[in-house]
Amino acid sequence: MKQKVTLQLEDLTCPSCMTKIQSAVSNQAGVEDTKVLFNASKVKAVIDDDQITADDLAKVVKDLGYDVLKTKVKEVATA
Amino acid sequence: MKFQQYIEKHSNQITLLTAILIIAGYLAKYALGSNVGYDVTLAVASIIAVIPIFIHAYQALKVKVISIELLVTIAVIGAFIIGEYNESAIVTFLFMFGGYLEKRTLSKTRESIKSLTEMAPTTALVVQDDGTTEEVDVDDVDEGDVVLVKTGASIPVDGKIVEGHGYTDESAVTGESKEISKQVDDSVFSGTIVSDGFLKVEATKVGDDTTFAKIIELVEDAQDTKSHAEKFIDRFSTYYTPAVLLLAIIVFLFSQDFKLAITVLVLGCPGALVIGAPVSNVAGIGNGAKRGILIKGGDAMDTFSKVDTFVFDKTGTLTKGNTAVSAVKNYSDDLDSVIALTAKVETLSDHPLGRAITTYATTKKLEYNALPIADNETTKGQGIAANVDGQEVLVGNQKLMQANNVAMTDQQVSDMKELQSHGSSVVLVAVKNQLQLILGVSDTIRPEIADELAALRKEGAKHLVMLTGDNAATANFVAEQIGIDEVHAELMPEDKVKFVKQFQKDGRRVAFVGDGINDSPSIATADIGIAMGSGTDVAIETSDVVLMQSNFAALVHAYGLAKRTVLNTKENIVIAVGVVAFLFIGLLLGFIYMASGMFVHEASILVVIFNAMRLIGFGKPTDEIGDVALEPAK
Repeated sequence: MKQKVTLQLEDLTCPSCMTKIQSAVSNQAGVEDTKVLFNASKVKAVIDDDQITADDLAKVVKDLGYDVLKTKVKEVATA
Repeated sequence: MKFQQYIEKHSNQITLLTAILIIAGYLAKYALGSNVGYDVTLAVASIIAVIPIFIHAYQALKVKVISIELLVTIAVIGAFIIGEYNESAIVTFLFMFGGYLEKRTLSKTRESIKSLTEMAPTTALVVQDDGTTEEVDVDDVDEGDVVLVKTGASIPVDGKIVEGHGYTDESAVTGESKEISKQVDDSVFSGTIVSDGFLKVEATKVGDDTTFAKIIELVEDAQDTKSHAEKFIDRFSTYYTPAVLLLAIIVFLFSQDFKLAITVLVLGCPGALVIGAPVSNVAGIGNGAKRGILIKGGDAMDTFSKVDTFVFDKTGTLTKGNTAVSAVKNYSDDLDSVIALTAKVETLSDHPLGRAITTYATTKKLEYNALPIADNETTKGQGIAANVDGQEVLVGNQKLMQANNVAMTDQQVSDMKELQSHGSSVVLVAVKNQLQLILGVSDTIRPEIADELAALRKEGAKHLVMLTGDNAATANFVAEQIGIDEVHAELMPEDKVKFVKQFQKDGRRVAFVGDGINDSPSIATADIGIAMGSGTDVAIETSDVVLMQSNFAALVHAYGLAKRTVLNTKENIVIAVGVVAFLFIGLLLGFIYMASGMFVHEASILVVIFNAMRLIGFGKPTDEIGDVALEPAK
């Protein structure tokens, strides 16, 4: 089952943070289509919930030193 | 990782502590004459302040990015090694303090969009089977649920009113602050505020599917959709930063001057360059979002600013889109009774012309509904024949009259031609085979159009074109009245696309303005597709710019905003490049060193942010009420 995860982070201020989060998140197994929104301070990703959960993803971001304020998960209808 | 998070959280305190230590150090030297005290405090300050910078540098390096922080860290360590504690302390302090100011000012540029997202309701009162309500998170509301919305609350779903009535303020969705009366069966949108009354709303769209959620998502994405200039700068800075590192090494190898080499590291920081372009776009997009103008990112902004040709689809964009009876030529003895007969016949039709006539009869307070009607026959492309109140009535065009052998005098024919030349559609009415009435029905031109088009030209539009499916007479008349350069009438949607392509071939940059629904091919083909007066899914998806209000002033504002945003981006790039050039010249001439260089850098970052902030205030204020409505609750 695929899930669309949106993480609301604390305000991002350095553009280089983006690159960091982007590569850290997309390097996780089971994560595809990662997008870091710098100005909205959000991370959006599509994950395969057999391999990774939204909370795991939040932990990855937290370990980089960025607070995750809210995690939102939405099932993606598989066509 | 705990340590790192602790540092991140307390970076403001670290900055403050560094500042205090630096002051203490200078006091020690100049008030107490203690050089040891001076060196020790400044060394401590440097060590404390470099920690967060070092952490950032290290994390970036882990993902193979050579960051500004790395340059600063190396420079500071270098200064430390050669005992320049004052330089290292001041450089780290300025870098941290600059970061703090950057954060503060950056959040200002994001404020307009934040205030929009904060209007999104977070909980909903869902009506249960037993009639009680339960408060749930908006994400847990399902389609088909009925939610209760009271005065002052905002509607959490898109849906239909099933009970109650009230007034709503849809400014979050349309950017236009106006009280709208809502009854049972009316549609309402998520994010609208019920200013008076109470509503029970059956949800048709929930969560991320609501129009409001889509708008927010669009704007959020738009802020981070980069323009060509930004992408170029991104690529540039990935090479630029390592290049500075390389340059510093070369400088050291050739001059054997360690201090000069680390100074190069500090001066080469691309700070203002990295932030300059995105910050302009964020401010510009925010300005638009606050006024119901959604511009899809830096690329759209860039292309829009270069547009010189505007193509309008007449229906609904230049006119009010509601047809009305605008002229009556009467040849009968009893005008009112003929109009009543005509209106009764038109109740059979749902043609827009027919509706215009029944509306006209209703506003004249004529009783036509009770008239008996029989034997009606509709002929396609001609009109309707019917027996009303015992009289044979024909309502339609000239063909219908000819088919029924209704004679027209020369005067009547010239009356009809005159009406047509003014852009009206003409409806002929005959009773008992005698022509009694010629009605001119026309679409009302929006009163402000001529002025707004002039304003559009002033902003730089060179060529204004109208492509319409209407007949040529109507189209020419409208075009003449409002000042359009080129008109093509009686077109099918695919013809419009051809014209757009032709303009592009002629080297024009084309913006197509339509309602975003039935002209999506043209909107997609044009360099910039602008959907006006509709926040429908289709419009949001296919167009580059969405104007939530059906209002020409918004178009003029959007165009001016795009021009200014792009100019602002260019200014920022010039400032950033100019500063780096200035610093290196200063270094060569010997009046810039590490600390002063860092100061100029941080100052230039603030200058570009402040420059971008000017965009937030561009244009006339949205009306007073609108602005207040968009402020988040304090």
